[in-house]
Amino acid sequence: MNAIQQLGAGVLNSVERLGRATLFLYDVAAGSGPLFRRFFLVVQQIYAVGVLTLLIIMVSGLFVGMVLGLQGYNTLVRFGAEESLGLLVALSLVRELGPVVTALLFAGRAGSALTAEIGLMKATEQLAGMEMMAVNPITRVIAPRFAGGIIAMPLLAALFSAVGVLGGHIVGVGLLGVDAGAFWSQMQSGVDFRDDIVNGVIKSVAFGVTVTWIAVFEGYDAVPTSEGVATATNRTVVYSSLAVLGIDFILTALTLGEV
Amino acid sequence: MKRPTPGKRDAKESRPPERADQALVTLDNVVFSRGERRILNGLTLHAERGRITAIMGGSGSGKTTILNLIGGRIRPDAGRVVVDGLSVPDLDTDDLYALRKRMALLFQTGALFTDLTVFENVAFPIREHTRLPEDLLRTVVLMKLETVGLRGARDLVPSELSGGMARRVALARAIALEPMIIMYDEPFTGLDPISKGVIAKLIQELNQTLGITSIVVSHDVVETCMISDYAYIVGEGRIIGEGTPKELQRSSSAHVRQFMEGLPDGPVPYQHPASDYLKDLLEERSE
Ligand SMILES: Nc1ncnc2c1ncn2[C@@H]1O[C@H](COP(=O)(O)OP(=O)(O)OP(=O)(O)O)[C@@H](O)[C@H]1O
Ligand SMILES: [Mg+2]
Repeated sequence: MNAIQQLGAGVLNSVERLGRATLFLYDVAAGSGPLFRRFFLVVQQIYAVGVLTLLIIMVSGLFVGMVLGLQGYNTLVRFGAEESLGLLVALSLVRELGPVVTALLFAGRAGSALTAEIGLMKATEQLAGMEMMAVNPITRVIAPRFAGGIIAMPLLAALFSAVGVLGGHIVGVGLLGVDAGAFWSQMQSGVDFRDDIVNGVIKSVAFGVTVTWIAVFEGYDAVPTSEGVATATNRTVVYSSLAVLGIDFILTALTLGEV
Repeated sequence: MKRPTPGKRDAKESRPPERADQALVTLDNVVFSRGERRILNGLTLHAERGRITAIMGGSGSGKTTILNLIGGRIRPDAGRVVVDGLSVPDLDTDDLYALRKRMALLFQTGALFTDLTVFENVAFPIREHTRLPEDLLRTVVLMKLETVGLRGARDLVPSELSGGMARRVALARAIALEPMIIMYDEPFTGLDPISKGVIAKLIQELNQTLGITSIVVSHDVVETCMISDYAYIVGEGRIIGEGTPKELQRSSSAHVRQFMEGLPDGPVPYQHPASDYLKDLLEERSE
């Protein structure tokens, strides 16, 4: 009986939180209007996200690309198709690994930082103070961070893919002796703009919205104590990672089904 | 330290009916609950225009709650909250924000923006609400900082400030837009006697030079009585005593005496409502 009760309470709680998160998203969207006049607020946030994530994204991209080069070569060489290594690396990165791995890293680094920052602002009454100064914290604090995250995420994913291709090149061409001309030309002719690049961008935008939404909501909704902020930060990482993987499956199924 | 005695204004002997006419802020029979608990139960008070009104009461008696009601952060379950003729709970967001531009609330914690310098903290409300050119803005901010004696601290960040300094910066920020009313939530707690005196003097100066109506919430009886024109004592969700500080000190009411003299127990229970103590302890044992 108790277990059932707990399950019920858990479900109710989740649904309620989801509802609140949706209303919150609406508030943020409605409060984003003034940002067009004060775009520097968004630029500040893009910069903050960039400082946090740029290095980790580039290093990870490089290694993922190098691993792809090794693994891809190993498989392709069995069919004598090692010339296609460039294509394989590029497609894996642009369609899948770029957006997904970037989003996971983004959640762990920038997302958690966002939640902690907003949660602490709430715990120390900075948000309440803003409200009492007749400044809407949704417009002034949340919306710029939300917009910044959404803009930064596709840029970071693109960077990840670019560095990854470089990594694949280093391993494939530099180490394993794949012909450089073939590496690039296969990639050039094989990667389709609409099917591959646009799909990758759509994914990374979707992930950017999801992760940033979860991050700002968890911060804004956090219990205003140090423990509450810690819990919220934790939640951001777990929820947004799961959400990214789930949404990735759905988007992949949709785009591949159409081909 | 020389301070004008509140007695000067005693001559007027303000009485509640007149006070209501003069009031900039009125709480009338306000009821407010958090969940099952009644925090305020039929509370009535007036803050006169241009005066310093004190609200004193024990910890947890609902003083911060009163300020939140006046600031429109929460709504009463019943009763009226009127500020400058406007019924606060009935205002829509735009009107509420317009009213808030004219009032300032100094939080118990200061609530400075931790990622901004002292200068930018004070500049924040000005930047948000006006289009002052940068050089003019600088002048205004430095003037506000000078008022609280912290012009030299403009480049520090809040984590580098002492508690008393942080509260003065918060005060400078609160007066940045020259509000008609300032509410101070526990301005004296956690400060040494000198800083207390500094803050008390500032509150008084702001009130006298700018004519800002002030509401001071505190449990520091001495400092608060020294600067206030009229004082209320809150307990059990109601006003249990009111009058000029002089009157309160002379009062014969047991409630008032308990508070003014800091007696640990009396008509105002020191305990948060709880079940019987002995029973509570025994229950623990038997488990
Ligand atoms: N957010 C809240 N949720 C639930 N209860 C609350 C909340 N805020 C305050 N309370 C309760 O309301 C009562 C009054 O709180 P309030 O903060 O107004 O007291 P106070 O007089 O300002 O006390 P202090 O002098 O300690 O600041 C307290 O007993 C507290 O338990
Ligand atoms: Mg309080």
